[in-house]
Parts: sequence; C-alpha cells; structure tokens
Amino acid sequence: MVKIILIFASLAVFISPLCASQTDIIVVEDIPNDDGSALLISWEKPDYDVYGYQIYRLDQGTDEYIQVGEITNAEQTEFIDYDPRYPLIPGIQVQYKIISLDHFGNELEVIGTSELVSAKASLFNSYKVNSFIATVFIFGALIFYLNYARKGKGLFIRKIAGLDALDEAVGRATEMGKPVLYVPGLSTMDDVATIAAINILGPVAKKVAEYETKIIVPNTNPIVYTITHEVVKESYLEAGRPDAFDTDQVYFITDVQFAFVAAVNGVMMREKPATNLFLGMFWAESLLLAETGNITGAIQIAGTDAVTQLPFFITACDYTLIGEELYAASAYLSRDPILVGTLKAQDLEKAVILFLLLGISLFSLINYFLIHSDAINRILASILMVNS
Amino acid sequence: MSISTNPWVWLAAFLTLAIYSFLYKDNLIYRFAEHVFVGASVGWSVAIIWHLTVFQYIIDPLKEAILNRNILEFILVLVPTLIGLMYFSRFSRRKGWLARWPIAVTMGYYTGISVTPSIETNIFKQVEGTILASFNPGSLGSWWALLLLVGVVTTLFYFFFSVRHTGFVGRTAKVGIWFVMIAFGASFGYTVMARVSLLIGRIQFLLHDWLGIIK
Repeated sequence: MVKIILIFASLAVFISPLCASQTDIIVVEDIPNDDGSALLISWEKPDYDVYGYQIYRLDQGTDEYIQVGEITNAEQTEFIDYDPRYPLIPGIQVQYKIISLDHFGNELEVIGTSELVSAKASLFNSYKVNSFIATVFIFGALIFYLNYARKGKGLFIRKIAGLDALDEAVGRATEMGKPVLYVPGLSTMDDVATIAAINILGPVAKKVAEYETKIIVPNTNPIVYTITHEVVKESYLEAGRPDAFDTDQVYFITDVQFAFVAAVNGVMMREKPATNLFLGMFWAESLLLAETGNITGAIQIAGTDAVTQLPFFITACDYTLIGEELYAASAYLSRDPILVGTLKAQDLEKAVILFLLLGISLFSLINYFLIHSDAINRILASILMVNS
Repeated sequence: MSISTNPWVWLAAFLTLAIYSFLYKDNLIYRFAEHVFVGASVGWSVAIIWHLTVFQYIIDPLKEAILNRNILEFILVLVPTLIGLMYFSRFSRRKGWLARWPIAVTMGYYTGISVTPSIETNIFKQVEGTILASFNPGSLGSWWALLLLVGVVTTLFYFFFSVRHTGFVGRTAKVGIWFVMIAFGASFGYTVMARVSLLIGRIQFLLHDWLGIIK
C-alpha cells in the first residue's frame, strides 16, 4: 500500500510541471504601502540559454500589449512595473506576458502570461508610522505651547544680534533718506526659508512705513511676488499709512536667476539703498548680491538656511541669520506670544532630537561592546525605520 | 589665431564683456546688457510657462476631459485653474481682495505638503547619519564619526532659542558655533573653487570660441 502511494506521489511530482499552466510560471504581487502604482512580477528562469527578458502588459479595455520593461540579465527574474509613462491604475485589471531574448536581442519565445491582476492603493503607508508619530508630537507640542503662551505666561527668547540690528538699519535708511532693499530669496512658496522671509517682511515693512521710508522688494517668483505685495500693503495699513504705499515698490523682475541678479545689482548701484536685507533661500547669486551691496556701502543683514551660501553672507554682510535663526526671526521681532510659543515648541523638538541622538548612540555602543545582540540593533534601527 | 565669424558668438562675447564691465562701475553698456538679459529671460519664461504649464496642465487636460465627457476630471482641472486665475484680481481695485484666496491655498498647501518630507529628510535621515552605532578605537573613521556626533550635539545647543546661553548651555553652544564656523570655512573654499571654474568657462569662451587664441 505504501509502495502504491509512493508511486502515485512520485508520478504527481513528475507530471505536475507538465500540467502547470503558463500562468503558474508568472506571479504578480501588489507592492504594499503605496498608492497602487506598482506591481511586482516574478517568473521562473527557463531551462534554455537566454540573454534577457521583455515584459509586456495588457490593460483591461485595450487589445494590445505594451512593453513596460526589458531586462538584460538572465538571472534577474523579478521586475517592478512602475513607470509614470505607463501608469497602473488601481482597480484596473492587467495581464503580463514575459518573452525571453537571445544574445542578439531577438525575442525567443513566450515564457508565460500571468493571471488578471490589479494594483491596490493602500490607505496607510506603514513605513511612515515614525513620521506620523513625529508629526503628532510636533503638533501636540505646538498646541501645548500656544495655549501656554495664550495664558499670558512670559516665554524667554535669547538675543539674536542680526535682528536687534534691524531697527538700527531701518533708522539709518530714514536718516539718509534712502530706501531699504528687501530680497525675499529666489525660491518658491514651498520653501520654508521663503515663508520665513515673508514672515519677517511684515514687521520690517511696518517699521519702514512708520519711519516714512521707502522699501524696494524685487521678486523672482510670480506667486511670491503676489504674496509680498499683499504683505507690504497690509503692513502699511497696520502702520496707519495706507496712503504711503506705492504699488510699484514691490515688483516682479524675472524668474531667471542671473538675470534677476543683474537687475538687482543695477538697482543697488542706481538707487543706492542704505540697507539691504537678503532673507530667504539663495543659491550662487548670494555673493554677487552681497558684494555689490558691500560696494555701495549699505548696511547688510542676510539670513538663509542654505548651508553653502551662508559663508558668503557671513563674509560680505554686517549681520547674518544662520539657518534656524531665520525661522525664529518673526517671533523675535513681533514678540507675539503665539509665535513665541511655536519657538518654544521647536526647542522642545530639538531637545527630543538631541535625546534620540545621544540615547540611540549610547544604547548602540553598549550593545556593540557588551551585549552583541542583533535584536537590539534591529529595535534601535526601527525607531528611525532606517531600512525602509 | 582664428577669430570667430559667427555673429551669434560675437553677440555673446559682447554681452559677456558688457556684463563684466560692471566690475569697473555701473555704465550704459552694462545697463543695456542687463535690460536685454531681463527682457529675454522674461520672454523665454512666458513661452515656457505657456507651453509647459498652461497647455500641458490646463488646456490639454480640459480638452481631453470634454472629449471623454469626464466630469470629475474636468472639475479637478477647472477648480485649481479658477483659484489660480484669482491672482489676476489684484489688477482690480474693487475685487483685489480675491487674490487672498489663492495665497491662502498656496501657503496652506505648501506648508502642509512639506511637513512629512521635512521630518523624514531633515530629522530622521540626519539623525540616522549621525548616530554612533559602533566604535573601534583603532579606526580613524570611528573618531570622525564621534567628532560628527559631538559637532551635531553642540551645534543643536546653539540653536536653542528659549534657553539662556549661560553656564553649561552657553559653553556647549560656543563649541557648537566653532563647529559651524569651521564647516562654513570648508564650504567657502569648496564653493570658491566651483566659482573659479565658472570664470574659467567664460574666459575659455572668449579666448577659444570668440578670439581663437587658445585651442
């Protein structure tokens, strides 16, 4: 009896590859934690000599296969179908066909076709759980300190020299009867430095309006221009001087980097502003602007989070706001309890980062020297999801 | 020596020299080059935006949505377009306030969309790169990694704004600003090298492409 069972079993093992349909050879799996724009296709390497494979896809509702990939390595039998030119649409069924290639790149034969499958969009990306926790923590800290500040509890801010000099700089322009030049960087609104620069523009323009001085704000981005125009107009209104606002003092020049620099340099040489403020995101133009301002003898305050440009500003300007000092500026200038509260929340976040850095380093070193556990390493790595 | 006979090379050479004349002082030739540069760049940008933004993201998708009778697609393109068009309301004195709507949408959208990438790139990736996971006293790399950790920690102390920089915090922050300045010095030298290569590129154009003095 046992012999009969063994014979049937061995026959089954022998016959099954012969009976396997072509669809068994190609396996298509959905890539998890994505927006349904990718599928993983894997297949078995054929038992004859091949150079590579071509991957074709048939989309539901169409009658023609499109080539979505080519592999020139016989050993590679996996392919991720993710190409914005041929996007996968979640819920739309597709079928794959793999064709082997010879050493001249000619198609040999169809290895197989897959079953009908469709990509699935995930509601949550589990790889980003740590980002979610960090976001919740950041917003939690913000809300806590905003409420704390609203209760009227005074919050301390340390001295930032560059911002203390702003009053002096605007005052100097007033005394000399010359304008203040404010360049809000060359970036777009998705840049934090631009947002910070616009936040600082408000109090500066208000001060300028109060002193009855002129402010010139050249822009390189049309959207930033619209916003700076509104901010300056609003500041004049707040200062009780809406009549003094000249719509032509905030203008758009061009969105081409060096053409903008040429024009601003020209403005500096002709209008001779007494004060130049370069706040926001800058690239190679930083030194060209700051050097020209230096030649005209203007007092210059710069601020950026562009690490490669900061040395140039430090060299050529009187005061420089380094990195996060630029973000802190609006709270520092206005002393608005709500903005100061956000600054306090940021400090708490930095303290947590410090704790993470030192804590994980310390535990990693203890594990490295004393415990030697891979599990601990994995736990520490998972805190930052470094392998995802 | 073979001077170029191509009029475009001559024009480019003239404009290059006109821009460099700023090194002497602001003058008429520089102003001419500056205005040509700004005018040409704006004209070029308008053409690019017209073809690559207005047509690609508004007109073509709207046409396609109408042809396919896809109402959802039509609305998804039309609504942002209308919000964007509100920027133009600032040309009207009475309806100028409408420009605040797209400003609010832009600010809100960009601030929101930058939260997660900022956390991932500016916090997690930086922390990951700084963590001291192992230490081998015989390896120079380990000592560099330790220096990096000390540099990051002390620099973070400098950027605490709501704490008085006195005592331990003050001393640590001072070490941090030293690290920052040393890094800026290195960055300065590195970037100056890149700028010199740009100058060499221009000089090469003048001496090779235009005057043909060097080969």
